[in-house]
Amino acid sequence: MPDLGPHAAFIIGAYAVAFVMLGVLTLVTVANDRKQRRILIELERKGIRRRSAAKPPTPRVKMTKSKPEKAGAKRKPARARKTRS
Amino acid sequence: MIMSLANPTRFLSLVSAVVPWLTALVVILLGTGLYLAFFVSPPDYQQGETVRIMYVHVPAAWLAMGCYLVIAIAALGTLIWRHPLADVAAKAAAPIGATFTFVALVTGSLWGKPMWGTYWVWDARLTSMLVLFLLYLGLIALWQAIEEPGRAGRAAAILALVGAINIPIIKFSVNWWNTLHQPASVLRVDGPSIDPALLTPLFVMGAAFAALFMLLHLLAMRTEILRRRVRALQQTQVEHAVLVGA
Repeated sequence: MPDLGPHAAFIIGAYAVAFVMLGVLTLVTVANDRKQRRILIELERKGIRRRSAAKPPTPRVKMTKSKPEKAGAKRKPARARKTRS
Repeated sequence: MIMSLANPTRFLSLVSAVVPWLTALVVILLGTGLYLAFFVSPPDYQQGETVRIMYVHVPAAWLAMGCYLVIAIAALGTLIWRHPLADVAAKAAAPIGATFTFVALVTGSLWGKPMWGTYWVWDARLTSMLVLFLLYLGLIALWQAIEEPGRAGRAAAILALVGAINIPIIKFSVNWWNTLHQPASVLRVDGPSIDPALLTPLFVMGAAFAALFMLLHLLAMRTEILRRRVRALQQTQVEHAVLVGA
């Protein structure tokens, strides 16, 4: 470390303020992150899950046999349902 | 790329992958920057040893403004494109920007006393930086005041866009008005006016602060996404309890 001269207190003070503030910010950010993860795990342990995570998506099963589609064959566009006026 | 990250779950897995690398980068850059700042950088011919304050003051000021630009772009994302992570990005950036602004103000003040003979003067650059700090506090207060995240995000986005006018005022204040603060010496049309021996440590510390900002911002965004999930689950829990009770 070089001799910081007569203004050493200002230089060290500036670095101290910067690193204390950024250090506190880092600690608070990490602590908040851990806290939210802990709460989320706790809720999921109780069986409370998001709708998207609650059930795996069930594949649609066709009840009737249909002809296998040819590769590259165009699908017919779905007809709009007629409504009674 | 931006739209593929619109899925918060995909974004969370990306954050988990990036955070260890970014942490290592911050440690390496900060270590190198501090070494250059204290052991390699020569004293300035006019300012002497106090020039070493520049290596924390200037990067903090850059990040203070850069962070607000992130918030302003995210505000556009919230209001125009309705990107699901835009509001999260803006909310997560505000406390980080406020901290960098505070650091820039205090270190500038500590640099000002030995150089100008005063800690504070109401000149355009210092005052506009103080306004930036107050804007950050206002944004944080607004997010705290409105409970529903969607409404809070839209209100904060409008305030953020109105406040964005302060960024060019900060940048050009030293050119537009007669200020005690020195004019721009790095980001100039004709190139930096600082000697490379002082410029290299400054850029390394700037890169370290930028990497730290990215790391903290990603972590804070992840926290905010998790907080919203927790909120949604707690609401589900309450609704379930009401149904069972009925």
